[in-house]
Amino acid sequence: MEALLQHLVNGLVLGGTYALLGIGLTLIFGLMNVVNFAHGEFYTLGAYTAFATLALLGLPFLAAIPAAIVVGIVLGALCERVLLRPLRGESIDSVMLVMIGLWIAMQNAELLGWGGVAKSVPHPFPTKPLVVGPLGIAPLRLFVFVTAIALIVGAQLVIHRTKLGRAMRATFQDADTAALMGVRIGRIHTATFALGSGLAAAAGALLGPIFLVYPSMGDLASLKAFSVVILGGLGNVAGATFGGLLLGVVEELGAGYISSGYRDAVGFVIIILVLLLRPSGLFARTERIG
Amino acid sequence: MRARLPSTSLLVALAVVALTAPFWLTNPYWLHVLIMGGIFAVLALSLNLLLGYTGQLSLGHAAFFGIGAYASALTTLKLERSAWEGLALAALLAGLAGWAIGRLALKLRGAYFVLVTISFAGVISLVSVNWMELTNGPLGLPGIPAPELGPWSFRTKRAYYYLVLAAVALSYLVCRRLVGSRIGRAFLALRENEALAESVGIDVTRYLVLAAVISAAMAGVAGGLYAHYTRFVSPEVFLFTYTVTMVIMVVAGGKGTLAGPIVGALLFTALPEALREVTSWQWQMLTYGLILVLLVFFLPRGIVPTLSRLRKSP
Repeated sequence: MEALLQHLVNGLVLGGTYALLGIGLTLIFGLMNVVNFAHGEFYTLGAYTAFATLALLGLPFLAAIPAAIVVGIVLGALCERVLLRPLRGESIDSVMLVMIGLWIAMQNAELLGWGGVAKSVPHPFPTKPLVVGPLGIAPLRLFVFVTAIALIVGAQLVIHRTKLGRAMRATFQDADTAALMGVRIGRIHTATFALGSGLAAAAGALLGPIFLVYPSMGDLASLKAFSVVILGGLGNVAGATFGGLLLGVVEELGAGYISSGYRDAVGFVIIILVLLLRPSGLFARTERIG
Repeated sequence: MRARLPSTSLLVALAVVALTAPFWLTNPYWLHVLIMGGIFAVLALSLNLLLGYTGQLSLGHAAFFGIGAYASALTTLKLERSAWEGLALAALLAGLAGWAIGRLALKLRGAYFVLVTISFAGVISLVSVNWMELTNGPLGLPGIPAPELGPWSFRTKRAYYYLVLAAVALSYLVCRRLVGSRIGRAFLALRENEALAESVGIDVTRYLVLAAVISAAMAGVAGGLYAHYTRFVSPEVFLFTYTVTMVIMVVAGGKGTLAGPIVGALLFTALPEALREVTSWQWQMLTYGLILVLLVFFLPRGIVPTLSRLRKSP
């Protein structure tokens, strides 16, 4: 029983970051209809930014997350302006191929820049786990979970309570009417992509200290993000939140009770099953399968 | 619409060049490059069948390649049958996997189809790493024998070159017959306007599944050829780099044409070898990424269609 609870706790910690990844991608894929295969690369970028901030520049630990978010937002905005805006009217295949190209380019640039050896990100937390009853949780993981939840809440607030968020939702509901109302559509697209990428970078910066940082860490992150988005329904931020937590828990339980070698297969299997049985996701309000 | 044949004299010249290559290519290294190029040409043709003719992108094609490689390897190693039976089984098993994907992904199009193919490849890859009893896991399967025909063994590069050449020619012919037939026209209808195609009575799902099966079987054969050439198979065949390379070959060469994938395959097998002296593998992949982006912006139809358009204009 304790093992089960422990797995649940671990799963929730991981799931919080999966939720961040998923929310970012659901904005980009669900709202902008861009198949962003480079999403995982922004995650990796965030992790490397955290590494650079802490290990190379020696800044205090709390600077890492904001630094990663800023880098993610800036690079995301740049990519949107340069790569996506000219392709705005094109078929989804062309956009997909461009994002695949970006994915390969970014990953190998990181490989060239940082080298293939995994880097470890320093953190000030003690390694002795906090013990609450039968459960133990490392302080670092607790911090990650709390920060992830805070960022998720922050993202929800931005989308539902700010003018920018309202403009985003309006644009993706009906771009023409939004434009007539004075919304700068181009800017909203850039902002959405930037926000999504910033969240991915945050997820990377959070998980960086727990696991190691290496150039191909983004590959699985991309696919798990898609898994979360499909599970939660495209464009559905609350769905992505729940989906992320669910994926984290199911992965942990699978790794603990079935086999740890196949742990990453959980995300894949979810994609296949959900697309086959309930393509609109667990929570989507509108049907959209292609 | 029939595919346009390049002029007969050009074909004859190419055939002569191709058939005599082992005799004037003194450095066996270049023969190796041609052999690998040929294997990738078969692979590219198979991906093109799906991407170029039905319009669906499969990023999991490495799974069919890998299934074929492992099937052929295991047939010769564990079942101790001949390489030819291995190749046949490779085509069969890969084709079966293609059938499964085709049927399962019936309702899905575009990005969702891509995601299912990636997930499928991911699962197969994990299986090949973890199911040690069958695949020997990360250690791989060494010592795969070369094919034999009576007293002759295809162990030498020269002999294998002819085998691969025959495979490329066969694949090209199969694709050509397919594309020129009613089935090919159904594929094109599927690609251009699915709703319209259905409204004139074309059974879209049946043709999509058929395309997936043939495409997968071809990729499986390519995998088998690869296994018997390199004599070693490991989960590395499922590496995403192979999939990416395949996609670039088809997109750069010209999807929806028959010569395009072959040109793309030869180009992108020779290019890394030529660049090997100059740059490292990471720079190469980085350039591939940039090339892909630039292709979509500037040369979306690929090399072969652009060239043939230049040829037609006065």
